[in-house]
Amino acid sequence: MKIYRLHALICAGTQCISAGGESFESALRDELKKQGLTDEVQVVETGCMGACDRGPLMIVYPEGVLYQKLKPSDAKDIVSEHFLKGRKVSRLMWKEDEAPVPGLEQIPFFARQTKIVLRNCGMINAESIDEYIASEGYTALAKALTEMSPADVVDEMKSSGLRGRGGAGFPTGIKWEYAAKQNSPVKYLICNADEGDPGAYMDRSVLEGDPHNVIEGMAIAAYAIGASQGYIYVRAEYPLAIKRLETALRQARQYGLLGQKILGTSFSFDIKLRMGAGAFVCGEETALIHSIEGKRGEPRLKPPFPAVSGLWGKPTVINNVETYASVPVIINKGAEFFRKIGTAKSPGTKVFSLAGTVNTTGLIEVPMGITLREIIFDIGGGIPGGHQFKGALTGGPSGGVIPLQHLDTPIDYESLGALGSIMGSGGLIVMDERSCMVDIAKFFLEFTVDESCGKCTPCREGTMQMYRILSDITSGKGRPGDIEKLEEMGQLIKMTALCGLGQSAPNPVLSTIRFFRDEYEAHIKDHKCPAGVCKFSEAKTEAAIA
Amino acid sequence: MPKINSLEDLKKLREQAKEALKTRSGDVKVTIRTSMGTVGIAAGARDVVKALIDELEKRNFHDVEIMESGSLGLDKEEPVVTVERDGVATTYGKVTTDMARKIVAQHVINGQAIGEWVIARNKK
Repeated sequence: MKIYRLHALICAGTQCISAGGESFESALRDELKKQGLTDEVQVVETGCMGACDRGPLMIVYPEGVLYQKLKPSDAKDIVSEHFLKGRKVSRLMWKEDEAPVPGLEQIPFFARQTKIVLRNCGMINAESIDEYIASEGYTALAKALTEMSPADVVDEMKSSGLRGRGGAGFPTGIKWEYAAKQNSPVKYLICNADEGDPGAYMDRSVLEGDPHNVIEGMAIAAYAIGASQGYIYVRAEYPLAIKRLETALRQARQYGLLGQKILGTSFSFDIKLRMGAGAFVCGEETALIHSIEGKRGEPRLKPPFPAVSGLWGKPTVINNVETYASVPVIINKGAEFFRKIGTAKSPGTKVFSLAGTVNTTGLIEVPMGITLREIIFDIGGGIPGGHQFKGALTGGPSGGVIPLQHLDTPIDYESLGALGSIMGSGGLIVMDERSCMVDIAKFFLEFTVDESCGKCTPCREGTMQMYRILSDITSGKGRPGDIEKLEEMGQLIKMTALCGLGQSAPNPVLSTIRFFRDEYEAHIKDHKCPAGVCKFSEAKTEAAIA
Repeated sequence: MPKINSLEDLKKLREQAKEALKTRSGDVKVTIRTSMGTVGIAAGARDVVKALIDELEKRNFHDVEIMESGSLGLDKEEPVVTVERDGVATTYGKVTTDMARKIVAQHVINGQAIGEWVIARNKK
């Protein structure tokens, strides 16, 4: 077998590629050829390494040196100094307080994370099933098939306490149990990869960086409930995720890890890909199921729940990408291991895409129960440019803003719910004093108005009316009573909308009114935007003063 | 690609695949360091490294890290190769490609240092 003395792992996640990672990689390969090192250095394309705004990133083993912000012109120095002579190029290394850091363990951004879902992401070749297998891949499936009954798998999942990572937090084991109990010869399994929150890219990164982890999790779920056909519903705007999934599915079939009689047992299972056209509502499970069936992507009333009557009327388990990606570790290491991480009611870890005004943005995985302060200041390195933290938005257009006074709230499903936000799928947008909360609420409501499927009146008409009021407030035309009207309408929509997306659409407005009411009032009464974001025309302002 | 038809097949494949990732694991039995200063390179250190890798490949030994270091200041001994194994760093001087292959066979793989070529020995 070939030996490479150096392994150069280049991040080939979407962020690093768009930052110019591909042209760096081809420059590096050219330089390796020039110096006659192609036989000694293995160049590996991995999934997302996490620290997206420092990309393009590269880790070089055996030293474990992390290089950041690489340009094609840097390839020459790295090859002629580091690869040829063993001298690390310190000007390109990851810096903490201006000083280059020798390895990943010494970097707080990485050292403070707990990786279960992302354990292989950025560490292995995303297109190599052998590297996945070398990292204990498919051993959980083998264990489930050879040592456990389907009921054992369900029990293990129930005792792990894993909750749906799509955002709602329904216990995964209980969902599987419902489906397993259905007396039907045909059952289906669906992976929801229709990630649609603005600023969220957790699921995409998992699919791009470790597709086999999701496939393995799905196969275990299929065994547990008795399904032989699975679907991954992924948005067509994720071409790289689709390409890597297709590669992974092909490899798994070639090895016989998908298909008939897997690992010599009687269990058979395969997965088909379905591409969504990018409608936000298709992330809602019943709308997603309709879309796979070739119908219009609209939600329907529940019950019946998909576990009873889902795809083509058959019992169907539908879980999110991150949920499935958590399964192999739970089966391999046991529910006990998983329960030790996180909190009693929300065990395990959660992946977030950390965005907004924070020093190191990117993809992170943290134990549940961690505080927002730890995420933003310890992992993210705080707010840049001497600005002040104002609030963090979780749950995207279905979530809310957590203000400064709740910075020490532990992140779990219940605590976030109590603050009027939701865990959501993991979008986390940090804002400083330069963000206007009314404007943020308007931004997300505009998104909801655009994406509302129109099936039910509260969401179709209600969000539109709320958006109009917000537009008035942010352009200096707010009227007394507007805030109360927003609150009333918001509550009404929450109670009466057909699906989860409609019911949660008012959350960004209600949550910002709850914590930043004075800001709404300043817009309406004083015709002032305290953050200086909303522009009121002079005439209007004078009229108001008069 | 052969099919994986049993748990045994999977285990076999995993062990094999793990070998290829040893370099990334930080958990290896032997570390080999070759001085790659200007003098080292001029004295033939590059060919020595190639011979080391080639011999390791031939003998299918993966439990090893192959590092490069700066000059140790032993210019007249270049090319200089240090083998770290079992808690001891053993340094060889004036290493030729033939010597490199023997060092791999006897010392790196079998743990027997070749006394007559050793110029320094340190406990790690």
